Amino acid sequence: MRLQAAGVKLGYGERLVVDGLDLGIEAGTVTTIIGPNGCGKSTLLRALGRLLKPQGGEVLLDGKRIDKIPTREVAKILGVLPQAPSAPEGLTVADLVARGRHPHQTWYRQWSSDDEGAVAAALDMTGLADLAERPLDELSGGQRQRAWISMALAQGTDLLLLDEPTTFLDLAHQVEVLELVRHLHQEAGRTVVMVLHDLNLAARYADRLVAMRAGRVVAAGTPHEVLTEDLLGEVFELDAKVIEDPVAGTPLVVPIRPRSHPTQPRA
Amino acid sequence: MTALSLRVGAVSWRVRLRGVAVSLLGLVLIVLLMAMNMRIGEIRMTLPEVISGTFDVNSAAHFVIMELRLPRALTGALVGAALALSGAIIQSIARNPLASPEILGVTTGASVTVVAGVVASGSAYGGASGLLATAGIPALALLGGLVGAAVVYGLAWRRGLDGYRLVLVGIGVAAVFTNIKFWLLTVGDVNDTGRAMVWISGSLNGRGWEHVLPTALALAVLVPLTLLGTRSLDALRFGDDTVTALGVRTNVSRALMILAAVLLAAVATASAGPIAFVALASPQIALRLTRSAQPPLLCSAVVGAVLTTAADLIARTAFSPLELPVGIVTAVLGAPYLIHLIWRSRK
Repeated sequence: MRLQAAGVKLGYGERLVVDGLDLGIEAGTVTTIIGPNGCGKSTLLRALGRLLKPQGGEVLLDGKRIDKIPTREVAKILGVLPQAPSAPEGLTVADLVARGRHPHQTWYRQWSSDDEGAVAAALDMTGLADLAERPLDELSGGQRQRAWISMALAQGTDLLLLDEPTTFLDLAHQVEVLELVRHLHQEAGRTVVMVLHDLNLAARYADRLVAMRAGRVVAAGTPHEVLTEDLLGEVFELDAKVIEDPVAGTPLVVPIRPRSHPTQPRA
Repeated sequence: MTALSLRVGAVSWRVRLRGVAVSLLGLVLIVLLMAMNMRIGEIRMTLPEVISGTFDVNSAAHFVIMELRLPRALTGALVGAALALSGAIIQSIARNPLASPEILGVTTGASVTVVAGVVASGSAYGGASGLLATAGIPALALLGGLVGAAVVYGLAWRRGLDGYRLVLVGIGVAAVFTNIKFWLLTVGDVNDTGRAMVWISGSLNGRGWEHVLPTALALAVLVPLTLLGTRSLDALRFGDDTVTALGVRTNVSRALMILAAVLLAAVATASAGPIAFVALASPQIALRLTRSAQPPLLCSAVVGAVLTTAADLIARTAFSPLELPVGIVTAVLGAPYLIHLIWRSRK
């Protein structure tokens, strides 16, 4: 087990979003957390990445309590791409990606050949080498997202947590980002945990799905095990048909109507 | 951007050539402006006289230069550098080009204690002026600056420090301090408040080695410490989650860098009073000159020294023989610049 949440209680101030949750992430898998808005999936991901301190329970990284490991050491093992990250105005792609080397640098070792190599490799892998000197604000949404993933890659961790890496992207760019994630997983054997909204893409690109509702894990398993018509009703309050994705063979959700609204869709 | 990679064994640095060029050019300018400044005084000198007077121990001008003019010019350059460095740190942490030590309560806090001290010593002032001016006022300013910063920091802290919240709280506290200062000025004796007014506009008049040494000492300690924190500061420009993900102890790093900024601004203010706008403008000018995304620390300090020395030169020559406090000139030059910045950030 690479990463584990044991009885974690998570929240902001007085309000608990997650009250006692257990989850294990196995090495070399792509796990995707799904669930309705406000179910606590991003909160859980932030806790797994030690961006949010649990109010109870613990998060274990390779069996050790993550808050007992120096944060810099964690940063060499675990990379986190937060939701909608912000960068200083005018920053170039190369500068952003170079920032990923932070945990490997010290005041006397600020730009080693390792750093240079890792940044070049990360830019190559995301196809951004040609855009390296461009300011981040001039890029398209998809390119910018790839630049941020590049930064996480330059960090050189074999564990990656991605919080909604496809938000604000059109479908083609969503697929592009997820293909990159698959590539990272297959070529380099990285362990990936991400939060996604699109269930069909989640089913296609994940080994394991974790479905959450109201701060609890309702179901966890392969996409086939988790994405059932019953579960969609329970977790998303959605009447839906689940058929086989003709391309990937994974479950494909065809929504019919939300359960809370009695109106019938047009035939 | 052209950057040079320097690698020797385990040591590796990346040097931005533009930053080096700007800094070197700035250093030359500082020396030149200081020399121009040292011409001015009761006996006017020419530039060659200043140079020979500085290096020739036996010349008639040597004493005047070494005891009066050089310390004043040095105080200007050092104070400017300290203010600018402080501003660069605060702007990086607040992620806001409008942030400056005024926002941290340092300069306004110092103004309150200094005015209070001058007004309270009231009738005894005539006798105590020498001591009060040399040791008492800088000490009061340092105390006020640190207390002011502590108030802002304490009010802005809410389970961590948010840059935006810091700026808003800082503006509020600065307004309160400023009004306390005005109130004190209205209740004080006219002669005392007149003296206090010169101090609170920021002046280099009569600054000697006793002002150079503490500022130089503070810079000698704080500049290396600040430079060690450069990488954390670069990281702190990002959102908090990104910073933490990169392995930076976000709140600790931020608190240490703010402490350094507060100390730099407090020491500078103690030496020369609150010289306006240097801390605000220098980092932004340095940023544009070096074409970097964040205020470069060393370059900002160099620019700050150039600005302050240049402003002092203007203050002493524009209405010669009348000499203005340097803070008046920086304020007059800085105000349009501030409007320009606000205008830009609106777009």
